[in-house]
Amino acid sequence: MAANHRTRQLLRYLPVLPAVLLLLVFLAGPVLWAFHSSLTNAGLTGRYARNPEWVGLQNYQRLLQDPVFPLSLALTVLFVAGSAIVGQNVLGLALAVLMRRARPVVSATVGTAVVAAWVLPEIVAAFAAYAFFSRDGTLNQLLGQFGAAETDWLYTVPMAAVILANIWRGTAFSMLVYRAALDGVPAELTEAAHMDGAGPWQRLAFITLPVIRGSIATNLMLVTLQTLAVFTLIWVMTAGGPANGSTTLPVLAYQEAFKFGDIGYGTAVASVLILIGAVFGAAYLRLLRERKP
Amino acid sequence: MTIPKQAARRRPGRQLRRRPAPGHTRGSAWADGALLLIGACFLLPLLWLVLGSLDPAAGHGTKVPQQPGLENFAAVLTPELLFRPLWNSLLLSAGTGMVTLAAAVLAAYPLSRYRSRFNTPFMYGILFGTCLPVTAIMVPVYGLFVQLRLLDSLPATVLFLAATSLPMAIWMTRNFMDAVPLALEEAAWVDGASRLAALRSIVLPLMRPGLGVVFIFVFIQAWGNFFVPFVLLLSEARQPAAVSIFSFFGQHGAVAYGQLAAFSILYSIPVLALYVIVARGSGNALALAGAVRG
Repeated sequence: MAANHRTRQLLRYLPVLPAVLLLLVFLAGPVLWAFHSSLTNAGLTGRYARNPEWVGLQNYQRLLQDPVFPLSLALTVLFVAGSAIVGQNVLGLALAVLMRRARPVVSATVGTAVVAAWVLPEIVAAFAAYAFFSRDGTLNQLLGQFGAAETDWLYTVPMAAVILANIWRGTAFSMLVYRAALDGVPAELTEAAHMDGAGPWQRLAFITLPVIRGSIATNLMLVTLQTLAVFTLIWVMTAGGPANGSTTLPVLAYQEAFKFGDIGYGTAVASVLILIGAVFGAAYLRLLRERKP
Repeated sequence: MTIPKQAARRRPGRQLRRRPAPGHTRGSAWADGALLLIGACFLLPLLWLVLGSLDPAAGHGTKVPQQPGLENFAAVLTPELLFRPLWNSLLLSAGTGMVTLAAAVLAAYPLSRYRSRFNTPFMYGILFGTCLPVTAIMVPVYGLFVQLRLLDSLPATVLFLAATSLPMAIWMTRNFMDAVPLALEEAAWVDGASRLAALRSIVLPLMRPGLGVVFIFVFIQAWGNFFVPFVLLLSEARQPAAVSIFSFFGQHGAVAYGQLAAFSILYSIPVLALYVIVARGSGNALALAGAVRG
């Protein structure tokens, strides 16, 4: 009887199987595969492409000695901190706050412009950003109006260019999250504070932000994870250059694996990236659990 | 709280707080100005795309075309440059959307309808899956595809894309399914319908708007994805527009910016249209999807 019940219980969950299979083969599989091949000398072509040899932790030792890896790690931190945690997050919040004070027509129009950059296919957004920052691009045209000399932004300050481009590309997400969050702040609270003589900045700092702190934490986590994975934007704009000046971890992993043909070393870089993502993912889940009543 | 009925119906939630805020007029002029300035910064890079596509002599700079014309569009409207890549994009995105939706609906049903210790850990596992940086697994996926001899296969790429969008799709689909009352289904069982029949004739039709949102969301993501097909599809005949536009840029981009812009616009229009459909129909569902997405 008990066994019968258990079989029925299992049968009920049979429809989950296709999804679980897909996830195991194409998501969990590659993750395990990454850890495995980071311990081999797998190559893109040649002898070690088909029959890689086990090399133990050699790739990780090389990682620690390679001067490009710490640079790449630092650039990734800079990219995430600059474009996601500060840029998208703060600008998104600012937009959401301003939109509640501005006229509906204005906030709808500006909202459309911000969202458009986000909805466009990533390769198109990357081209537009590339054209904007290039030597004879729109930015230099604008600055030329004020008599500034022409600068090759993508060459002289590649990180600043890709960070600004990613803020442009991704702020819509934070804006949408914060607009929804602000809609949930009871008007009575801010009005009461206003009666007590609190100015707009004080109301924002002491009423609104504490009330939406849950959304802020969630948003920070999600934009961090999204930005950690950005590849196309950087690849099209600078291809990681010049001289590795904008090689974040996804670009480094790609380069090592496909440009230099060293799959083993490339997957070692990718494994580090996966681990960083997993840490942030776990932190995100904890956050969600705590927020649950 | 007394809210005019019509206003409340149009925009619940928001209308409540649009009550004249203290110091509204002065503050709003200031806010308008700041917003318009930010909005202009966001529009500038897009302006190049539009003006450049209409200017046969376009460069990197943004300028009003001297002799605007549709030559750029005419130049890229060829089977090789445009139609085949777009067709491939359509196959890839629609395939991914359908596989994802089918697997998500099947998985969501037991998760929504049965109570089990298994549900919560599974849903958290799924959510964790949305956090995985997909670009990080592309190198290992390439290795895996080489070993399984799946490289340059459209169906395999569809399955991979479906797997990457499944976590979000399952999460959304279950939420939509939870919103369909169990009582309706029970009535159908009393009439002798099986679980599957009830799912098909009662639950799915009621969820149609939600399923539409999930499908479009997955479709948009697959359509815009560059990195996955860039790594997994090698032959030109199978590459979607995202990749062919990149090769075009590499080969002709340095001279034909106008054509690049025209190509980009034609490639972007379908997802822009789909986004408008979803945002009009159910802004909330999209916000929800956005909040859950990783």
